[in-house]
Amino acid sequence: MARLDLKDVSKSYGNVEVMRDINLSIGDGEFIVLVGPSGCGKSTLLRMIAGLEPITDGEFSIDGQRMNELRPRDRDIAMVFQSYALYPHMTVGRNMGFSKEIARAPKEERAREVAQAAQTLGLDRLIERYPRELSGGQRQRVAMGRAIIREPRAFLFDEPLSNLDASLRVEMRLEIARMHRKLNATMVYVTHDQVEALTLADRIVVLEAGRIQQVGSPLELYERPANKFVARFIGSPMMNVLPARPGAGGLRLPDGAVLDVAGDRSAGEAVEIGVRPEHIDVVAPEAGDMVVKAEMVEHLGSDTNIYVRTESERGIMVRAHGHLPVRPGAEMDLHFQRDKLHLFAADGTTIPRTGAP
Amino acid sequence: MRSARKNVVPGADRARRSFYLRYLLEPYLYVGPALVLIGAVILFPLILGISYSFQSIALLKPFETGWVGFENYAALWQDDKFWTAIGNTALWTCGSLFFQFFLGLGLALLLNTSFRGKRLFQALVFLPWAVPTFLTALTFAWLFNPVIGPFPHWLAGLGLIDEPYNILGDPDLAMWGPILANIWFGVPFFAITLLAALQSIPSELYEAAEIDGASDWQRFSKITLPFLAPMIVITVMLRTIWIANFADMIYVMTGGGPAGSTEILSSYVFTTAFRKLDFGYASAIAVALLLILLAYALILLVVRQKLVRT
Amino acid sequence: MSMIVRRSPLRTAGKYAAIGFYLIFALFPIYWLIKIALTPDALIYTEGTRMLPSALTFDNFAAVLQSDFLGYFTNSLIVSLGAAAGTTLIAAAAGYCFSRFRFAGKRAIIALLLVTQMFPLLMIIAPIYKIVAGLGLLNSLVSLIVVYTAFNIPFATFLMQSFFDGIPEDLEEAAMMDGCTRFQALRKVVFPLTLPGLGATLGFVFTAAWSELLFALMLISRNDSMTFPVGLLTFVSKFSVDWGQMMAAGTLALIPSCLFFIFIQRYLVQGLTSGAVKG
Repeated sequence: MARLDLKDVSKSYGNVEVMRDINLSIGDGEFIVLVGPSGCGKSTLLRMIAGLEPITDGEFSIDGQRMNELRPRDRDIAMVFQSYALYPHMTVGRNMGFSKEIARAPKEERAREVAQAAQTLGLDRLIERYPRELSGGQRQRVAMGRAIIREPRAFLFDEPLSNLDASLRVEMRLEIARMHRKLNATMVYVTHDQVEALTLADRIVVLEAGRIQQVGSPLELYERPANKFVARFIGSPMMNVLPARPGAGGLRLPDGAVLDVAGDRSAGEAVEIGVRPEHIDVVAPEAGDMVVKAEMVEHLGSDTNIYVRTESERGIMVRAHGHLPVRPGAEMDLHFQRDKLHLFAADGTTIPRTGAP
Repeated sequence: MRSARKNVVPGADRARRSFYLRYLLEPYLYVGPALVLIGAVILFPLILGISYSFQSIALLKPFETGWVGFENYAALWQDDKFWTAIGNTALWTCGSLFFQFFLGLGLALLLNTSFRGKRLFQALVFLPWAVPTFLTALTFAWLFNPVIGPFPHWLAGLGLIDEPYNILGDPDLAMWGPILANIWFGVPFFAITLLAALQSIPSELYEAAEIDGASDWQRFSKITLPFLAPMIVITVMLRTIWIANFADMIYVMTGGGPAGSTEILSSYVFTTAFRKLDFGYASAIAVALLLILLAYALILLVVRQKLVRT
Repeated sequence: MSMIVRRSPLRTAGKYAAIGFYLIFALFPIYWLIKIALTPDALIYTEGTRMLPSALTFDNFAAVLQSDFLGYFTNSLIVSLGAAAGTTLIAAAAGYCFSRFRFAGKRAIIALLLVTQMFPLLMIIAPIYKIVAGLGLLNSLVSLIVVYTAFNIPFATFLMQSFFDGIPEDLEEAAMMDGCTRFQALRKVVFPLTLPGLGATLGFVFTAAWSELLFALMLISRNDSMTFPVGLLTFVSKFSVDWGQMMAAGTLALIPSCLFFIFIQRYLVQGLTSGAVKG
């Protein structure tokens, strides 16, 4: 297994720079998830690691050995594609053993390894089938089997679950987590789905517009986002962001509510506050920070999502635990949990909290 | 972070350069053979051909070879056969195109409906496209022959001609022989192209129109035609050029005769080069044909642009 | 379209009339060719224009098979197969390149290929003759193969490109991740998947080469290297009244193109809409 290092990596198409200043060290056996909105460059970065896309500048190395000029075949990395990319004219068995076939491994060895991998993935009865005869989940397993048999130094996954339906996606997610624990291999996983990112990753890399926004464990990103983009990208429903103005006794919201929090002035002036829907409480009348009107209510069973409007017609999402009997149009009082508030400067970066004003 | 620099071995710079060189050169290795062949067999001769039009190169007059400036073109200007050929080219192209297009459109619309035995029907009506052109030309020449062909008798029966004779020998009618053969050969092409375009029209559009109460004719004129129009313009333009260049049919059926009455520019190029072996003059005709086609394409593009703007 | 259409009887009748018209229009000339080929010589002058002959004979075919036509047929087969194989190979490489690479000059090269489809090819018949004569290759089938290959490359390239576009790039990349070089990926993964495309291209080029007449007339004059069209035309101008044999020979010329036609029929629509337009 291996340690991957990206140093000052950038990527341009002609004169258009699509990625830059990518610095990332991936430890041996680590599960890294690259996440970001579509077009953020996460797949490009993965393809540069794979060798399918040349690196314009900077250096990518595995275990300290420079990889930039090596072809994909010489990098010893396996990849699972979004489309699975199973060879339609080969059986499942041959698909899985193809890397060994190219490496001219003896036939019996190949057959043994394919049989073993098929056993682990529950594909043993499908070895003679062709990809077109398989279901989506089975194809996904074959793609994973093909990667496992290769015994690579690292595994790459390019949105491997996005073509599956919801229930199968959960199942395969567990499968991938299991595979990681069993092989203890270095894995880099690209997705736009934050649930996959939060559940699978040791560390998450959030990308936007070709730059790394933040690297950290799932909890770190959730609790201490480095900027507004990360704050809003991680977490569901999305974090509420409201404009705020410093005033007497704390930060003043547009509707007059004053929150008794303050940020580190040396890091800049806070102009917005962020609060996650689950950190807003519905409280007894007169006990809250502001009075709002419920507009839409979604009863999810375990939670209740309430979309409310403030007096100044600003929308806020509130998530209450359990079932809350609210009707659209009802007035309610909201309380913001003080220790869960985030402050943002004008450029979107997070301002550290300094306790009470 | 551990420095990766210390792992860089001497000569890595060269390896790096050869990597990018390979990456940059690879596409050209794949496209190279095609380019070389086209360059050597089409482009180089093309330039040579244009230069021929300013020379006297007749294999039958080997001692008069040399540059002659615009002499070939001057001769062309005086050449009655050339002017007749321009008129014939227009008749040949428009006559063929008109019938090919409308018969092709009808066939495409027919094939876009469903009926029993459609697959077989489609294979059979597309068959003329697979018949080698020289054979099409010969077959039609024979069909027009009063001894073994039925056409003269039919034409006489219809009263179009007085008695069953070979119209390919009649300067007034001969051109319609090759045109008929060309129509027969060209209908499948239009039918296939139009059929593909028809099938690319989303059927939801027709369903929506149906719900909105559009009649058959309205559906055709409001949905089908506007969808087909851009493709029709391009196809007709390319096909015009193709037909104007298409000399086989005429060469085989009439050889340009009788008395030059069926000679079109491209067949005139061929007979001048092949029969008279006068390469200079043939090249001058060819350049003239090229210029006419260019002018045609330019006019069409300008008109199209004007139409798009308004 | 799955629409409920009220059919008026008049309209149904019109439709079947149209079907009948197109069938007769397409098949009558071919029927006539075969009919005369099967009519005994003695009956041609009395029954030449009758719809059905009163007797049939294969004598004409037998005569043709013992004549020079067998040689013409072989020459045409060599030229057409050679051109088809050469074109397909070169066009597959170029089509692959257009489908998979982004590179400087790509647009210019594509434009160049399109232009070659439009200018009068007859323009180069004289220069080609001079060049081929200069190389001492007149009357050689090789020169015809090279010329036909070049002529068909642009069209075949666009056709192959459309087939390659239909094969996901992921597959090659997966193969490269599995340890293949690009060439190995091409050979083991892309090639088997593009076999139908290669077949269709072979068919198109074969049919085109099989029916080419004018360049063959120009470059071939010796009887033993004549292709079928040249041989048939020479025969027609020499023995212009031997109808039965000429038509029997014509019928034979029809066979290979029709065989290929049956094969490429399925790809017709795809081929002709892939950006390349060719008769």
